[in-house]
Amino acid sequence: MSSPNAPHLNTDLAERVLVAFLRDEAKRAGFDRLVIGLSGGVDSAVAAMLAAKAVGADRVHALALPARESSPESLAHAKLVAAAGGFAMTVREIGPAAEALIASLSAPLTPVRRGNVYARLRMIALYDASAALPALVVGTSNKTELLLGYGTLHGDLACALNPLGDLYKCQVRDLARHLGVPAVVIDKPPSADLWPGQTDEADLGFTYAEADALLFRLVDQRMSPDELVASGFAEPLVRRVTRLVMRNQFKRRPPMIAKLSARTIGWEFRYPRDWGT
Amino acid sequence: MKAALAQIAPKLADVAANLGIHADAVRRAAAAGASLVVFPELSLTGYVVMEAAPELAIALDSPQMKRLAEISKTAAIAVGFVEEAPGGRFFNSAAFLDRGDLLHVHRKVYLPSHGLFDETRHFAAGDRMRVFETRFGRIGMLICRDFWHLGPAYVLACQDLDVMCVLSASPGRGALGDDGRFQSTASVPLLGDTYARSFGCHVLHTNRAGVEEGVTFTGASEAYGPGGERLARAKDLEEDLAIVDIDPAARRAARLRMPFLKEERPHMILRELQRVLAERSAPQY
Repeated sequence: MSSPNAPHLNTDLAERVLVAFLRDEAKRAGFDRLVIGLSGGVDSAVAAMLAAKAVGADRVHALALPARESSPESLAHAKLVAAAGGFAMTVREIGPAAEALIASLSAPLTPVRRGNVYARLRMIALYDASAALPALVVGTSNKTELLLGYGTLHGDLACALNPLGDLYKCQVRDLARHLGVPAVVIDKPPSADLWPGQTDEADLGFTYAEADALLFRLVDQRMSPDELVASGFAEPLVRRVTRLVMRNQFKRRPPMIAKLSARTIGWEFRYPRDWGT
Repeated sequence: MKAALAQIAPKLADVAANLGIHADAVRRAAAAGASLVVFPELSLTGYVVMEAAPELAIALDSPQMKRLAEISKTAAIAVGFVEEAPGGRFFNSAAFLDRGDLLHVHRKVYLPSHGLFDETRHFAAGDRMRVFETRFGRIGMLICRDFWHLGPAYVLACQDLDVMCVLSASPGRGALGDDGRFQSTASVPLLGDTYARSFGCHVLHTNRAGVEEGVTFTGASEAYGPGGERLARAKDLEEDLAIVDIDPAARRAARLRMPFLKEERPHMILRELQRVLAERSAPQY
């Protein structure tokens, strides 16, 4: 079970909806295969298991894309997930490409910039597989990450279909248990895996349990920051999380277009993505 | 007399393809003995049409409407479409066709425009709530949110309604509950049961299936008999076809048991509503 403060999820219904979502949306886009990057973490594990149920394990192409600093444990966990889901996994090292690119970038490279380079190289590998197979790229960003902006634009945020974007981290874990993701993958501390010992929660400065409980009330239940503080959330946490949600809105929207015409894309020209499918 | 709830998943923004889907569903329903087939809201276009609404709109004298009239020679149909009306107005409409004739058009009155809904941006609101004569009895049509407001069903009932046909496209919201269904589906059975029981009518409610723009439509189309008994429930989420009996004798028996309409007081309701509205529009300060 998730912590008492976190939003509950009906995992049977969620599985059914998300599997149908992946199957229908891939089919209408003209694809019967899905490609996904497996990090060894719980989000990509859940997305891949759902993908396997949607199109069949033999039509899911999992790529493990380790960088120089990636922990061997992550790759071992990705293999466990592929075995549990019954789909094939290909390992492609992005280390040499990353080092070649980094050599031509301005020094010194901060850890965040290095992480962005890795995330964007993985995106290139996934979209190349998308064109080669062909297959649609399945995203793995959950609602907590999307709201907090904890992801790289044009990197791990890039995908065609995201089955996890309306699930908080704790709900992803609930769904992972339901789908039979190996326990070691569910229970380990989430990490971007850029250096030994890195964890998301240390990066963020708060726990996912705290973030999920707070975001669920702020976003889903539309409580105000004042109400959240009055209900017992620490004021600095409420301030920091609400600020992150606002500041990272740009990562959740397409780029801004300067309006000149009477019918501008995004304003008057608004069509469904599934237009004519 | 049998009716079918055609719980289809229309192809978004493709009227030609959807005409084929309608013809196919009518053939299957007729083969199962149905002579009336109720389709979902905007069954000819899909729901999330956005700015494509005018491009998908059809007029009542269009070739597409003639094709629907042809289809209605196999079985009567209630279909959802974007109606292009004089004056540059577009409506979220439902047409009832039987034996090659267009018998009635209902224009959705209650256009939800909140949360994920944006209907007033694209559609003009209908302003009529009418019952019409058919070989199945006196039919009234409602489109999705029309059913959730209590007034429309009452106004139909006051016109001696026999069969309420509801065309819906209900997006699933809230996967938190324990019953394995979206939280947004909870009202429909309560309303269907209540209307059928209160007005001694049949309720035929077709809700669509399928996914559009990441939104999953909840299916679970339902039919209620005039005592409030559920006659059928189609599958959750997936396409399905449910066949039910809509026997006039069942309505007569239910109305003899519980003569709500005989004892209804619409003039009192009207008088009190007029008083309430007059008082509400008077200055409050």
